[in-house]
Amino acid sequence: MSYATSLYLTAAEIGLSITALVLLLLAAWNGDRSARLLTIIAVAALVGAAIFSIGLFDRSASEVAGRAFGDLYRADAFGSFGKVLIYLASAAVLIVTPRFFTQLGGYRAEYPVLMLFNAVGMGIMVSATDLMTLYIGLEMSSLSSYVLASFLRQDDRSSEAGLKYFVLGALASGIILYGVSLVYGFTGSTNYDGIRAAFALDFSTGALFGVVFVLAGVAFKISAVPFHMWTPDVYEGAPTPVTAFFASAPKVAAMGVLVRIAMDPFAGEVDAWRQIIIFAALASIVVGALGAIGQQNLKRLLAYSSINNVGFILIGLAAATAAGVASVLTYLTIYVAMVIGSFTALLMLRDPAGQNLETFADIAGLSTRRPALAWCLLVLMFSLAGIPPLFGFWGKFVVFQAAVQADLVALAAIGIAASVIGAFYYLKFIKVMFFDEPTRDVETSSPVSHWAVLGVCVAILSPLGYLLTIPLGEWTAQAAASFVAAM
Amino acid sequence: MIGIEHYIVVSAILFVLGVLGIFLNRKNIIVILMAIELILLSVNLQLVAFSAFLGDLVGQVFAMFVLTVAAGEAAVGLAILVTYFRSRGTIAVDDVDRLKG
Repeated sequence: MSYATSLYLTAAEIGLSITALVLLLLAAWNGDRSARLLTIIAVAALVGAAIFSIGLFDRSASEVAGRAFGDLYRADAFGSFGKVLIYLASAAVLIVTPRFFTQLGGYRAEYPVLMLFNAVGMGIMVSATDLMTLYIGLEMSSLSSYVLASFLRQDDRSSEAGLKYFVLGALASGIILYGVSLVYGFTGSTNYDGIRAAFALDFSTGALFGVVFVLAGVAFKISAVPFHMWTPDVYEGAPTPVTAFFASAPKVAAMGVLVRIAMDPFAGEVDAWRQIIIFAALASIVVGALGAIGQQNLKRLLAYSSINNVGFILIGLAAATAAGVASVLTYLTIYVAMVIGSFTALLMLRDPAGQNLETFADIAGLSTRRPALAWCLLVLMFSLAGIPPLFGFWGKFVVFQAAVQADLVALAAIGIAASVIGAFYYLKFIKVMFFDEPTRDVETSSPVSHWAVLGVCVAILSPLGYLLTIPLGEWTAQAAASFVAAM
Repeated sequence: MIGIEHYIVVSAILFVLGVLGIFLNRKNIIVILMAIELILLSVNLQLVAFSAFLGDLVGQVFAMFVLTVAAGEAAVGLAILVTYFRSRGTIAVDDVDRLKG
């Protein structure tokens, strides 16, 4: 393993880091005037990194080829798949961001820089194969997330969201770290392969504590119940584009970490963690569905919706098979399209003065004022509810299929029943848009950039998305095969 | 003779104190920041103790990384606290209640 190969395998992250540092200097030099230019450069860098990661996808098929820096980092198919999703989601969020902040007194040049550092951290997370690399990636992503959440300094809701996110996020990192130190102490290694080998010899109570702490901390990051209490507050308080980001890319990264850690170093101890995952999955589905009922703020509603979706994703992980891992990746892909689409539509909802609208009262009768936007939201909401002709159904289908194949029929049955409860508030969304009387004026046009992002998401989620099922199935199966032996 | 068990117990106590410091604290947010530092220090103690016990350097390298990140975390935390104080004029835990559902 030469040093040059290691650098090549990590080139996406290195390139993004250098871009971010250069942009930081430009931001300091030129001030906020260059914010839009920096955003365009950042989007280009993210798309470039995604294309580079696609290039690594096939090359990493051989087991040894993807290992970099003494197996601290592995550029395998799973990591590449996660990174493509993360970078594209971050780029999409960056595209729809500037208009929001311009309205609220000025877009600042630090924003694209923070997004790039965040993306680097998430890229490291999904590819980490050592607890040390994992921790660094996690903190890099988390620290920039805290700042993003409180980006609207003058707004007390935004700074409160940042404060809450910081305190609870730091606690989660502390819990993960405590678990990591126990795992290290009882196995003598921080490397995933080393941990797996040590666990195969002896799995002591202390190591079990370590596993539970690590999983609990990661559950915090994906906002699975019972560690979800920060999510609605942070999602509501953070600026809307930042909320769109939190609900998409970091979810993919944290889920990637959870899947890799559960199925690689802890793969021999499925019985130890499966109970936890099943509990978290069911609790997330139920709390997400019930908590959303009665919410008036749409961002808060979408926060509960994301908790609900995390529950479904965890069902795929509970299967603990290669098919389960593949179903998690399929669901995540569709979920990212749904989240980015929903929040972009939310960003397009403004009153004639340009103020952003975010409550149920504001979208009443939207179908008469903005028919195209209302129909796009209809596709997104039906897709989130998992109604068959739309692509959201496919994600739920593969997840339940994996659970049934792994003999978790009861879990799948409860999940399907709970998804019916969840359908309630998605349908309420549509009812308010199409059948209620309009109560206020809305802005009647939106910029092309927003329509482009929304259009791509809606096209993926429309029945056209089913054209993707076969390639998506192949890619996710290949990604899952990078560390789970097919059964 | 002080063995590895003593170190594990002390760091477990510190960890629990840190977590309780976050949840039971009703006064002000600076105390929460100190509790977070306490958690990270308990982890560091444990990593270094295990490292010495196992005769393996990885734990000490890890502790260095944790120290570095803890410094960054404190900086970001204090910065957010300052913006919060500027907009609200208070850092009492009970006043952090603008967002509810």
